[in-house]
Amino acid sequence: MSPDTRTRGGSSADAAPAVQVPPGRFELAPIAGVLAREWALYRRSWKPTTFASIVEPVIMLLAFGVGLGSLVGAIGGYDYIHFLGTGIVATSVLFTSMFPGLIDTYVRRVFQHTYDGMLAAPVDVRELVTGEASWIACKAGVYGCAPLLVAIAFGLPASWAMLLVPVIAFVTGFGFALTGIWMSAAVPSIKTMDYIISGVITPLFLIAGTFFPIGTLPGWAQAVAKVNPLYHCVELVRGTAFGIGVGEAALHFAALFAFVAVAWCLAVFQMHRKLID
Amino acid sequence: MGSAESSAPDGSAAPVDRTGPAEPAGRDGPRTDAGASPAHGADAGGAPAVALRDVVKRFGSFTAVDGLDLEVPTGTVFGLLGPNGAGKSTTMKMLTAQSRADSGEITVLGHPVPRASKRARAEMGVVPQHDNLDEELTVRENLEVFTHLYRVPRARRAESVDRGLRLAHLEDRPDLRADKLSGGMRRRLLIVRGLVHRPRLVLLDEPTVGLDPQVRQELWGLITELRAEGVTVLMSTHYIEEAERLADVVALMAKGRVVSQGVPADLIARHAGSTVEEFPVEPGARADEIEERVAAAGLATRRTGATLSVLRADAMPESLRDSLGRGNARAGNLEDVFVTLTGERVE
Repeated sequence: MSPDTRTRGGSSADAAPAVQVPPGRFELAPIAGVLAREWALYRRSWKPTTFASIVEPVIMLLAFGVGLGSLVGAIGGYDYIHFLGTGIVATSVLFTSMFPGLIDTYVRRVFQHTYDGMLAAPVDVRELVTGEASWIACKAGVYGCAPLLVAIAFGLPASWAMLLVPVIAFVTGFGFALTGIWMSAAVPSIKTMDYIISGVITPLFLIAGTFFPIGTLPGWAQAVAKVNPLYHCVELVRGTAFGIGVGEAALHFAALFAFVAVAWCLAVFQMHRKLID
Repeated sequence: MGSAESSAPDGSAAPVDRTGPAEPAGRDGPRTDAGASPAHGADAGGAPAVALRDVVKRFGSFTAVDGLDLEVPTGTVFGLLGPNGAGKSTTMKMLTAQSRADSGEITVLGHPVPRASKRARAEMGVVPQHDNLDEELTVRENLEVFTHLYRVPRARRAESVDRGLRLAHLEDRPDLRADKLSGGMRRRLLIVRGLVHRPRLVLLDEPTVGLDPQVRQELWGLITELRAEGVTVLMSTHYIEEAERLADVVALMAKGRVVSQGVPADLIARHAGSTVEEFPVEPGARADEIEERVAAAGLATRRTGATLSVLRADAMPESLRDSLGRGNARAGNLEDVFVTLTGERVE
């Protein structure tokens, strides 16, 4: 019976802030709410998250770049470690977005019932999905730059265009986070995720021109690579380091945006099916 | 269940009977008077806080909610009482549009649901049955996150969190992680988390399920405080005592419908009588025989474990009294009402 509970008397100044927009409108406020939660969680977990997101790609870069690089020498006129450093930006983005999208989202939906609580607040499924994917994409945008910095330390000439890398990483990460969310809601159980991890993620990151140019692949595999969103990410990141035509870059961006649009629709549709009876 | 048959109206065909008006009981008078003198027409808001009309919800071939009509008057503590599987949780989820009705109309705080559900959700607080606190976050952080989700303006967030801490009696441990809290503390936090935006309506889905009796009583105190603030509370429960002690109005739910609704004391007076007498039943056939004799005298019985309860025992004719003797008298309760009306037990 604390005294403050008695002071209300239904005054409208105290009442819940009303949602004024027309029903059904997509709003930014719920996304801010979702992000606020992510930020609170991140303040608890940033150390291991940062460690994993930076150390893993850097070790991969050093092992393959220095080890394999001494055998390969150069690819397409570029030092192998420079070629690889730009490619590993993309794999890093893939891993830091697809895995959280797939696994964290599944755990929160199925085991923690987190989303049931959020959807009882003025948050709709598409805002929830957009918020979760945006947060993951932000992390991908930041952490994705780590391998590039290592490559620069190994002599890759820095360029102003590289300032676009976080943007490229964000857009790609947004798409893969949405893909992960879609799949997390499509799998019948958490065990089935092994199919996705081995059957989808592994080929995605290998057939994208990350470790070797796709020109060395057979024709059909090259065609597959062209529809792999990660390939477009790799080409853009490489473009910021080695130069790329504006038209070509625009096409790669267009491919990424199309990917995001499709993944968003799939993720929202599937999550809606799972969260709303 | 079958043994709990009674001679009262057949549950499956029972029409919704409303004992007393559904308006809120007089707030100022003592609770025990609520049944005797409901405040006619004193309904503050006019429109009901929640209204469901002929709502049907099916899951495949199973009908969870079967033509439900329900009105929760503004300012009441409204109890939805029924056994597991009666459709209470499904009903609660439909009010937040997390479950979509197959047919019927739902209005929450004047907003049609699900069409304008987001507006309704902004003005109500929801306490889920499943604990979904963020374990890694502290008590304070758990509340802060929901001030954002409920769009509490920046200037009022700190005050809103502090108020939540006070209401939950957690003001001295705001920095404790949620996974370190006891069961009772967790549930208190879960409840006040849904109150950070000072909602006009609060949905509590089985607020005390799985808690020990002492903790349960603590939570009842919290719900009583909400009532004092004039918040409308819709609470589902399968605990008889909880419904009797907290609710101004109770709707008894079975098989997806409301079988009866009213002020608890009225319902008890009408269907169970003020006094119920329990007669021990020895192993053997005596129960059937007593049932027959009681039924012949126009009274209802129900089997209560090792005893046979005779409802309205205060109206027992002398002839029956002579042959039965005197049983253990107790007050009638909502379970007597429930079993009488539906033939089903609540717990």
